[in-house]
Amino acid sequence: MQAFTQLNGLVAPLDRANVDTDAIIPKQFLKSIKRSGFGPNAFDEWRYLDRGEPGMDNSQRPLNKEFVLNQPRYQGASILLTRENFGCGSSREHAPWALEDYGFKVIIASSFADIFFNNCFKNGMLPIVLSADIVDTLFKQVVANEGYALNVDLAAQTVTSPTGEVYPFEVDAFRKHCLLNGLDDIGLTMQQQDKIKAFETKHRQAQPWLFV
Amino acid sequence: MAKTLYDKLFDSHVVAEENGTALIYIDRHLVHEVTSPQAFEGLRLAGRKPWRVSSIVATADHNTPTTGWEKGLAGIADPVARIQIETLTENIREFGAKAYFPFMDARQGIVHVMGPEQGATLPGMTVVCGDSHTSTHGAFGALAHGIGTSEVEHVMATQCLVQKKSKAMLVSVEGELQAGVTAKDVALAIIGKIGTAGGNGFAIEFAGSAIRGLSMEGRMTLCNMAIEAGARAGMVAVDDATINYVKGRPFAPNEEQWEAAVAYWKTLHSDEGAKFDASVSLRAEEIQPQVTWGTSPEMVVGVDGKVPSLDMAKNDVQRGDWERAYAYMGLTANTPITDIAIDKVFIGSCTNSRIEDLRAAAAVAKGKHVAPNVKLAMVVPGSGLVKAQAEQEGLDKVFKDAGFEWREPGCSMCLAMNADKLEPGERCASTSNRNFEGRQGQGGRTHLVSPEMAAAAAVAGHFVDVRSL
Ligand code: SF4
Repeated sequence: MQAFTQLNGLVAPLDRANVDTDAIIPKQFLKSIKRSGFGPNAFDEWRYLDRGEPGMDNSQRPLNKEFVLNQPRYQGASILLTRENFGCGSSREHAPWALEDYGFKVIIASSFADIFFNNCFKNGMLPIVLSADIVDTLFKQVVANEGYALNVDLAAQTVTSPTGEVYPFEVDAFRKHCLLNGLDDIGLTMQQQDKIKAFETKHRQAQPWLFV
Repeated sequence: MAKTLYDKLFDSHVVAEENGTALIYIDRHLVHEVTSPQAFEGLRLAGRKPWRVSSIVATADHNTPTTGWEKGLAGIADPVARIQIETLTENIREFGAKAYFPFMDARQGIVHVMGPEQGATLPGMTVVCGDSHTSTHGAFGALAHGIGTSEVEHVMATQCLVQKKSKAMLVSVEGELQAGVTAKDVALAIIGKIGTAGGNGFAIEFAGSAIRGLSMEGRMTLCNMAIEAGARAGMVAVDDATINYVKGRPFAPNEEQWEAAVAYWKTLHSDEGAKFDASVSLRAEEIQPQVTWGTSPEMVVGVDGKVPSLDMAKNDVQRGDWERAYAYMGLTANTPITDIAIDKVFIGSCTNSRIEDLRAAAAVAKGKHVAPNVKLAMVVPGSGLVKAQAEQEGLDKVFKDAGFEWREPGCSMCLAMNADKLEPGERCASTSNRNFEGRQGQGGRTHLVSPEMAAAAAVAGHFVDVRSL
């Protein structure tokens, strides 16, 4: 997994609450057996005017000019700013894969759905929870200032605005460690093999019916 | 100290813990074709093997077709879907499983219907699956989590999941449900009350006399929707109904182990005086049959209600969401729910495709006919075994006589990954769990209801209070 330490990135505002993973990546694209290549279909139904199917040449499709990510000023954004309960719905990891492939490294929202939140960390992305008031302020600033960029520092756990306001955020110590160092979860857990085996032996004695 | 059911389930599976992040041991791993290929590929690339093959139970469900089974694999019109279904078979062949019910096996079915039906879900277990509705299995007094594909790979390789303990929420429903009001209505009423983000960060235990009065099918429906309330898991304490349901299922404990298992399972309830971080209560009598009007399960009202108007929204963000929902759904504020005409009906999904659901819908449809304005009304049993049982009871005939289509089992139009989908603008009464934009087909408009309410809408051609029939 790629490490994440710091980012100074252009911010794109997606002003909706409860954005679900079906919207982030519609189901027709889940038929792939690969992890990559989902970026061109991120937010497919909002982003294009026609109906997207796997295998289409996305560069030839009609864009929905109204959709915020299609506006020229947000091209190249690496930070997505959005509202509460982002990533709700289906557990599909294709959602963070698509956002990552699109170019987002950081997502800022007032809250996230649990599974999506987890899935981000597994893919080198940082989901940041800031209070609804701060999110509101950021929305106003992004919209008012073209080229608005935020500085995200994971080690310091801060988001810094162009005018120097610093917004601290919480992050679980273990996830932070993994993300800062680009550590693969499985390798880390494997270091605890002995503990897993010991637990398994005890568990098997207590509930042998689980092991047939 | 008095423990909650969630404490008991979580604590008894902790392998290691550091700074509040725990490694928990996983007893059952359910696998399906859509969220597993990248996980198997990851194992292969790293030269890893599954830690405990006997924990894995797999089936194909998400994009299997519901017609044309006589043509076998060749009947899968979509070549990409077919590759996924075949890839699962190859992966299971290579890595192994305790059981695998491939496409067209008599026991194939939606993973959350098949698991309990086989006794592969047992009280006290930790259950995971690369599917958010894994919360369903909490109905058995199990700790069940939906996980992402990276976690699927992690569980396969290590038999463990990295988890932070959630907070515990108690949702109690006391009293007696009115006739015609089901577990689905209870689930939707709860979501209407706490919102789709209301359960974020929580594991919910459903309790109270109305919950204890539900069948296991009803409890599965309820726990299934816990994820729509934003919760990490939903669960119900073990009682006689749980134990009676499990008894005699293929993967249930054998006779020698049965007594010991039951003795343990009977401890799986929250202790008297256990502390919850939040609690919510509802009166069963006050719950009406529910119908969602918008594009999130929290946009829901009783069947006697109306599409809410903007002045009822709690803030600007919600007003914006509602305006978009009116536009997408093609509805205006203050429209009575019973004035909304429908084009299609879908009875199925892991929320409502078990035998009890089909019986209830058939009882409403019996001797009546699907209204002329309804283009398609389809019934998709949750599994091959549910289908067989229903046919034995003659339910298929009741549905067909009433003008419904009777299909092969699978997820079908719940997520429309196969050929079953809504066309843009079509309006559907659906027993599934998600009414998101495009969920049942691009531009499709979904209204979530119970099986009884879906059958009633099919017959009337618009939403109608099933209690008035
Ligand atoms: S029936 Fe629907 S919600 Fe259930 S597992 Fe299948 S796609 Fe998911």
